[in-house]
Amino acid sequence: MNAEGLQELAEREGARRGALRHRVSVCSAAGCLSLGAGRTREALTRAVADAGLGGEVEVHGTGCLGLCHAGPLVQVASRQPDGQVDRCLYERVDAARAARLVRQHLQGGAPLAEGRVPLDDPFFARQHKVVLQGSGDSDPERIESCLAAGAYQALLHALTRLRPADVVAEITASGLRGRGGGGYPAGLKWSTVQKAAGPRKVVICNADEGDPGAFMDRSVLEGDPHRVLEGMAIAGYAVGADQGYVYVRGEHPLALTRLRTALEQAERLQLLGHRILGTGFDFRVDLRIGAGAYVCGEETALLASVEGRRGTPRPRPPYPAVSGLWGLPTLINNVETLANVPTVIRDGGRRFAELGTAGSRGTKVFALAGQIARTGLIEVPMGTPLREIVFDIGGGIPGGKAFKAAQTGGPSGGCIPAQHLDLPVDYESLIQVGSFMGSGGLIVMDESACMVDLAAFYMEFCRDESCGQCVPCRAGTAQMHALLQKLTHLEATEADLAQLEELAGLLQATSLCGLGQGAPNPVISTLRHFRGEYLAHVRERRCPAGVCRPAAPGAEPSAAAARGGAAPGAEAAS
Amino acid sequence: MTVRTLTLDGEPVSAREDETILDLCREHGVPLPTLCHLEGLSAVGACRLCLVEVKGSPRLQPACTLRAEEGMEITTSSDRLRRYRRQLVELLLAERSHVCAVCVANGRCELQEVAAAVGVDHVRYPYRHPVTALDASHPRFVLDQGRCILCTRCVRVCDEIEGAHTWDVAGRGAGARVVSDLASPWGRSDSCTACGKCVQVCPTGALFEQLQPAGGGVKRREFLTFRTRAREQGPWGR
Ligand SMILES: Cc1cc2nc3c(=O)[nH]c(=O)nc-3n(C[C@H](O)[C@H](O)[C@H](O)COP(=O)(O)O)c2cc1C
Ligand code: SF4
Ligand code: SF4
Ligand code: FES
Repeated sequence: MNAEGLQELAEREGARRGALRHRVSVCSAAGCLSLGAGRTREALTRAVADAGLGGEVEVHGTGCLGLCHAGPLVQVASRQPDGQVDRCLYERVDAARAARLVRQHLQGGAPLAEGRVPLDDPFFARQHKVVLQGSGDSDPERIESCLAAGAYQALLHALTRLRPADVVAEITASGLRGRGGGGYPAGLKWSTVQKAAGPRKVVICNADEGDPGAFMDRSVLEGDPHRVLEGMAIAGYAVGADQGYVYVRGEHPLALTRLRTALEQAERLQLLGHRILGTGFDFRVDLRIGAGAYVCGEETALLASVEGRRGTPRPRPPYPAVSGLWGLPTLINNVETLANVPTVIRDGGRRFAELGTAGSRGTKVFALAGQIARTGLIEVPMGTPLREIVFDIGGGIPGGKAFKAAQTGGPSGGCIPAQHLDLPVDYESLIQVGSFMGSGGLIVMDESACMVDLAAFYMEFCRDESCGQCVPCRAGTAQMHALLQKLTHLEATEADLAQLEELAGLLQATSLCGLGQGAPNPVISTLRHFRGEYLAHVRERRCPAGVCRPAAPGAEPSAAAARGGAAPGAEAAS
Repeated sequence: MTVRTLTLDGEPVSAREDETILDLCREHGVPLPTLCHLEGLSAVGACRLCLVEVKGSPRLQPACTLRAEEGMEITTSSDRLRRYRRQLVELLLAERSHVCAVCVANGRCELQEVAAAVGVDHVRYPYRHPVTALDASHPRFVLDQGRCILCTRCVRVCDEIEGAHTWDVAGRGAGARVVSDLASPWGRSDSCTACGKCVQVCPTGALFEQLQPAGGGVKRREFLTFRTRAREQGPWGR
């Protein structure tokens, strides 16, 4: 396939769409599917066929529409006589509502009043979609649908109009920073890999996303896999790689299936593989499936895992950009980082940089979770105030409760208390208040949450996910968790609190990788903003939020806590 | 091969490009505690005892994996480094069941030596005493998980020198354990050649020979010296 072929396919799909009266997009991301979107789609397809509308209505699956709490979501795009396209979004579409939708809206031409979500709601109006552009519109399982929306045009542009160095320059100009957590400037990483010497180079897309409550990367892969593959191919061209790997967590089976389909379709059209788009550029992409260890998202552990070894991090330097997979210079970027790339190349780095704040350009996808009215997936410009995210977009706190804090950055992150609600959410501001952007999980807590309990939860996560290689993380998280458990059982003393803080400093400074270095962050940040709550647990043996209580009698809490970690049953009697 | 110059605790020193900061410390008699490192095996940087300060770098770096670079300024000992080392050893001592009085390695244990060197005179963290297994199924050797500090020397010596790769690590976090073959009893291992190298390199009493009394374990590590020398003098390449 060459440039003309690509154009022709896109046009053919456009013409096919133009002949339709209604395009019915059923959210087929994991959230809505778990709420029965599969049945909804069947019901819609059947009702459309029964009504004899097959020629003018298309029913297809699409990526996440955002309002995950109100699924299954269905969007209807209708072409008006004047050529305009009107969109309606329906929530909670079960089979019965689907039948009514077909009868009234598609046949009768009168949109349903029930279950209709106003599209001028701030939830949509305040968002700005770059990465999620295609999600909710294109059919991720049909490459033609994505081509009609402009997929692979940026790759074509890069391959035919730009030299690799120009591509890197655009990425640098865009100010794009890594979305996987660290926020490392993408342009700098790309240029390092480009300049590194090696017989071959590799591009890896990190899709191991495993923070509790996070589903941004998974949704991007489910909703628009071609955007990520296109980003990888552009990266490959820029740094001089001919091989790419997507490292996907095996616990994301839908993302995996969609990626497989996308890969096959792209290869068939010669958009990946040999002589891409008729140029001399070869780039092959393979999938590597992770077994669900949080630490395998850490880049050096990921490399070990791709090489077929136990996924444990190794000290850096050498950085993967210089010596990565099999010792080759390796570019590792997060899914969302790579999904921004086609837009940077299409619009130019400078245009891209217009959005966001001085140090944080572009948008960020967040997964809203916890005590918030609309749990779901959103994308906002960097620098959007937290208040706007929680209250305008997220719909505030349900049940008339007060906002207490938002946790960002997952197990390596921290919390943002109510007095910082007007904080612009970008890399620098979050660090200033002791939190961390992380990959985009945003968990909202209301007044009924106990911050000590929260810290204990994250510490337990880190204790269980530590690879067990280095002493501070392996033994330190276990001791810290035991201390936090003493706190939540209202048994801790001031000396315990001091020891907790001392260990926090040790882990941060001496752990080998980001997991151990970041593990104390939730403790440090809750201590910073809610020390009074800790002190109430210690001095008054009281949990202000009423969450923590003494361990049940006979449970020997501190002995059990001290044991923690390895369950006795895990020990093989040998 | 280019030679680099740098400073080690303020003293100018020179280094070959393949030398690590730990190599330089050993050469110049600068004391630095180590546990996971063993001359002759690959370095993993896991025990974190050899962490040093590198001027201009916000992070501490393990000397055992850190290559000497031109102009580096290394500090091997400072208040915080000494404090961290003590804390790390305390964490290790509290982690499993180190009851020295009944241990074969008593008096010859590297964990004991390091503890003394970094000034641990008591342990402030609660002893966790997890339930651990003892594998005495091998005709010549025993593995007591309660004394293992997960330094992975046994794993590396078996893989890199004996070439059997009998040992590896299974599990995560505090539940991580060295296992033989696919976590089957050592005595039933198909890959173990009973060479005993793992027993010789184990820094503690976790791996020992059958029927050794408390304090009776002896470590014979000549084979490592032989290999290191052979490498340096070049009868065979790397
Ligand atoms: C414990 C740990 C887990 C991580 N998990 C992920 C992950 O799931 N996905 C990801 O993209 N990056 C993860 N990272 C960050 C990666 O190491 C790496 O920095 C990132 O993939 C680089 O891509 P970026 O520059 O595009 O952000 C993790 C880091 C640590 C320390
Ligand atoms: S910090 Fe934790 S996860 Fe990272 S290498 Fe050390 S033990 Fe493993
Ligand atoms: S058995 Fe010995 S050599 Fe092996 S990891 Fe444990 S302490 Fe280290
Ligand atoms: S000896 Fe360097 S980290 Fe263990």
